[in-house]
Amino acid sequence: MKIVLEPRPTPPISWLLMLSAASIFVALLVLGVVFLVAGLNPFSAYATLASRTLGDWDGWSRVIQRAIPLVLIGVGLVLAFRAQFFNIGAEGQLLVGAVAGSAVALFLPSLGFLTIPIMFLAGFIAGAIWGFIPAILKLKLEVNEVITTLMLNYVAATLIEYLITGPWKGQNQVGFSYTDDFPAAARLPLLGSSYIHIPTLLLGLILAVFVAVVLSRTRLGFRMRILGESIATARYVGINAVSTTLWVVMFSAGAAGLAGVGEVAGIHGKLLEPGQISLGYGYTAIIVAWLARGSPIAAIFTALFLGISFAAGDVMKVSLQLPANTTNIFNGTVLMLLIATEPLVKFRVKLEQVKLVKDAR
Amino acid sequence: MEEIFISTFARSLAFGTILLWGALGAVLSERSGVVNLGMEGMMILGALAGFAVMQTSGNALLAIAAAALVGALAAGLHAFVSITLKANQFVSGLALTMLGLGLSGVLGKRFEGLPLFTQLENISVPGLSSIPILGKAVFTDQNPLTYAGILVGILLWVVLFKTRVGIQIRSIGENPAAADALGVNVVLTRYVCTMLGGALAGIGGAFLSVAYRPSWTEGMTGGLGWVAVSIAIFAAWNPLGAIGGALFFGGLYHLQFRLQESINPALLKMMPYLSVILALALGALRRKSRGTAPAALGLPYQRGQR
Amino acid sequence: MIAAPLVEMLGITKSFPGVVANDSVNLELRAGEVLALLGENGAGKSSLMNVLYGLYRPDAGLIKVAGREVSIRSPLAAIGLGIGFVAQHPLLVRRHTVAENIALGMRGSFWNPVPKVRSKIFELSKKYGLEVNPDAPVWSLSAGEQQRVDILKALARGAKVLILDEPTSVLTPQEAEELFKVLRRMKLEGEGVILITHKLDEVMAVADRITVLRKGKVVGSLETSQTNPTDLAALMIGRQLEPVRASAVQVGASVLRLENVSALSDRGVPAIENISLEVCAGEVLGVAGVAGNGQRELIEVITGLRGVTAGLVMLEQTNLTNVNARVAADAGVAHIPEDRLQMGVVGNLSVAENLALRGFETPVFSNGQFLEPAAFESFAQKAVAEYEIATPNTQTPVRLLSGGNIQKVIFARELSTNPKLIVAAHPTYGLDAGATAQMQRLLLERAAAGAAVLLVSEDLDEVLALSTRVAVLFDGRLMGVVKRDAATREGIGLLMAGRELVTV
Repeated sequence: MKIVLEPRPTPPISWLLMLSAASIFVALLVLGVVFLVAGLNPFSAYATLASRTLGDWDGWSRVIQRAIPLVLIGVGLVLAFRAQFFNIGAEGQLLVGAVAGSAVALFLPSLGFLTIPIMFLAGFIAGAIWGFIPAILKLKLEVNEVITTLMLNYVAATLIEYLITGPWKGQNQVGFSYTDDFPAAARLPLLGSSYIHIPTLLLGLILAVFVAVVLSRTRLGFRMRILGESIATARYVGINAVSTTLWVVMFSAGAAGLAGVGEVAGIHGKLLEPGQISLGYGYTAIIVAWLARGSPIAAIFTALFLGISFAAGDVMKVSLQLPANTTNIFNGTVLMLLIATEPLVKFRVKLEQVKLVKDAR
Repeated sequence: MEEIFISTFARSLAFGTILLWGALGAVLSERSGVVNLGMEGMMILGALAGFAVMQTSGNALLAIAAAALVGALAAGLHAFVSITLKANQFVSGLALTMLGLGLSGVLGKRFEGLPLFTQLENISVPGLSSIPILGKAVFTDQNPLTYAGILVGILLWVVLFKTRVGIQIRSIGENPAAADALGVNVVLTRYVCTMLGGALAGIGGAFLSVAYRPSWTEGMTGGLGWVAVSIAIFAAWNPLGAIGGALFFGGLYHLQFRLQESINPALLKMMPYLSVILALALGALRRKSRGTAPAALGLPYQRGQR
Repeated sequence: MIAAPLVEMLGITKSFPGVVANDSVNLELRAGEVLALLGENGAGKSSLMNVLYGLYRPDAGLIKVAGREVSIRSPLAAIGLGIGFVAQHPLLVRRHTVAENIALGMRGSFWNPVPKVRSKIFELSKKYGLEVNPDAPVWSLSAGEQQRVDILKALARGAKVLILDEPTSVLTPQEAEELFKVLRRMKLEGEGVILITHKLDEVMAVADRITVLRKGKVVGSLETSQTNPTDLAALMIGRQLEPVRASAVQVGASVLRLENVSALSDRGVPAIENISLEVCAGEVLGVAGVAGNGQRELIEVITGLRGVTAGLVMLEQTNLTNVNARVAADAGVAHIPEDRLQMGVVGNLSVAENLALRGFETPVFSNGQFLEPAAFESFAQKAVAEYEIATPNTQTPVRLLSGGNIQKVIFARELSTNPKLIVAAHPTYGLDAGATAQMQRLLLERAAAGAAVLLVSEDLDEVLALSTRVAVLFDGRLMGVVKRDAATREGIGLLMAGRELVTV
């Protein structure tokens, strides 16, 4: 017997779902082993995680709260990956978005009901600029975007540290490093007693639908699909690859900037330590986008799924006394498995009987 | 003045050692055509393994060996996914970094805050340390791993450019089909280079946790793995250039301690990251007419396909 | 007593999903002979040789080398048995020197074997007449020189059997003659050569015996002295194909005019210099020349893919100098690209979407900013019927189609706008005889209907068969333009080698 790979047309969605589910299942197994090593009973650990995240509305509200930035960033990354731009910098784009939103909230004279839209706009622009830098470096100088976007994450984080310990340090915050609280007009309305900030949630959903329609139904979307598949063909039919990619990346980064505004204006009400603003949403959204396999609508659901992972991370820290970093094991395993099983998407695997080479003597 | 120069140089070299091991690992792996963005993950795993063994056994050699082994195993996973399964190397490296950070966080929890009872003491090289200036700057009161790192760098250069195996490695990084057609084992060579590269990165991590900052804290590599990858790039994948690059970035980090009185420490922390971007951009400008990157870097090899 | 043949392949069968590449093939190579392995593209020549070189494992059959049965599991094993392979496009590390490339295959020493290799190169060069500078980096060499390096590589490792895969496709006729001289020297040394080819004239010129493959089976094994090109062609193709030839056409007004055009290559060095030429309605202007002498840049300048550093590109009264590809296409330039898989189609998009790549921004396929899927579909249905594109349906990803059908998709799309100028780069490369004839007929039909055609091809026979006039590029310069009736292979060959400048 030998294994034969046969190219196949676009695989059915059920097959994709099954592969994703299998990857997630294996990752859960791996995490279970880690629980064991850490001296926990994996079954009761999972039971705790499940009941604290999906057991009641309180748990669900935390899942949704975590999913909000993931939807925005995930949809953006779906676009960026389609344009063959490997944006690892959503974390930094989120953070500068938060900075820009905070600047509007803290330092512009009161703008009334316009405050929030302008904060989002500022966050979007800041994120887009943060995406512009690695994009132009890649397109003009062929500098690898993975490293530059990642370095810009650190730059954004240290920028915030500088601001909150230096020029923007709050007047009333003795001994702590954060800015003053935002005025009430700069706070996002929340759903009930939860931390679900409604405007950002709606923005995410609208963005997903908008991007889906653009991709599948419009000339712009068709241009983007050609470009994403083959730069040579894009050139051949006269699509300007540089400017199209640049706009796509800036849009993608801008979406992450929106998420940053949502976090500071919706949850914290001030600019604070970068590690508290984002728990690594920018990195986790990579998995959101990868699991969504190029579909912005699917990204809504994969974001919700990874929202569970995040909420579970909180539970691990508080109830299981595990480092928050633990979710990284799950995330890393899922990502590794997703790319490792990619051949199963592109090819049909067949077992074939091999005629043995006969010995002539 | 001379004193300041010498001490700055010596301290830069000490910090640069962490980066040097990682950068050499990246050079080796990428010369064979395999991009490994998992440096950060392999370094942190190496740091934990080194610290754990050092803490329990007190044997420095054993600790370094453990770090190298763990780094090599982690790189082996990356090698399997990217060479055998031909998956996207960039994503695989990223996933490896996530895994490394996560695993080391959980497994290292019980080592958090523990002291080391024995340490890897600094030494001076007899004879060489009495050379004027250079002796004090390089060969006096440094960690054995610093000397070893420089030695490994020189050795790697000799192997890559002066031996038969070196021609094979570089050819595989440029055109694996050409090497394959001559019967050079592409897959095996790539595995070996990737895993040895991982071992080097692991040792870099161990240097950090066993010698430079003898302790274990979650996420203690703090992005140094990424800087190491960048050093390999703008050293144009030359091990000797990597020594220089590691020294330069070691200097940038060292400046943070020197200047933190006068400048906001957050801004100082930002400096190395900005420098990486700047260095990559400048490096790209310098070799505008196609880079010196191995031509097959990041591309999985499939026999019969081009 | 007769010595055992150098190589015997008995009953070799190798299949791939969906095709049987070799079906119990027998082949024998004797010492001191050149064996031609003749067949069309896709007849199974390469697959058979990949089996012999250890790149593929056969499903059935056995191989004997010098009378001993062997199992060749890898190129390394093949090399160990004295088998060398010279690929169609030389497998060389471009950034390394000639000596380093040859050293790559050396065993034994720990240190860099380059110094030893240099003396070996000089020795072999003298013995076989293969001149090459061991210290030159490979990227600086011409295609012919690179091929010599590849041959040296095999000889340096002691090859007794040399397999050459379509070696003349990158050579001028004169360079090919040089190569044949080397092969004859090898025969005298008692070595064996297998020449994979589909060109009958070179078979007649250099081979001692011929094995003909068709659809994976051996259909004939004969002595060269006992046969002739006509019989060989019949064996190879299996039926008499009427060769497509241009008939006399009415040449009309000038459509494309280049005036003193110069342009740079991707590497930023001059690729074409001071080229002036004209293509008129109704004519096919063939561009001959060894690949890499500026053909690609010439095509790209005309189709809006490359800017010029000097000169003028005019399509009738429209200035197409330094425009982008869409402007050129809209002005009436169709482009059948050289790299049909990477450039001509998007593999993961459907047949219908690929057919709309040119027009999707026009009202034919869209309504304002929105696409009209129904228009995609009806256009595709029509094209599939008209061009006889074999596809399960119009929604099939185009990557699942065969090479010939992919080329039909490209032709259907590019010709749908009734272009004034058709730029066709290697339009039949790698296609089977049927598809080749169809593509050639389409080009001639369009020319007869009044389009101007610029045909770039490495296949000199194709250029001579289809063209009204033949232009020759060498080192980025236009060596001359010759009327077809005045063109001979030899004359064109001299121009291709840059020997002589002819004015019309």
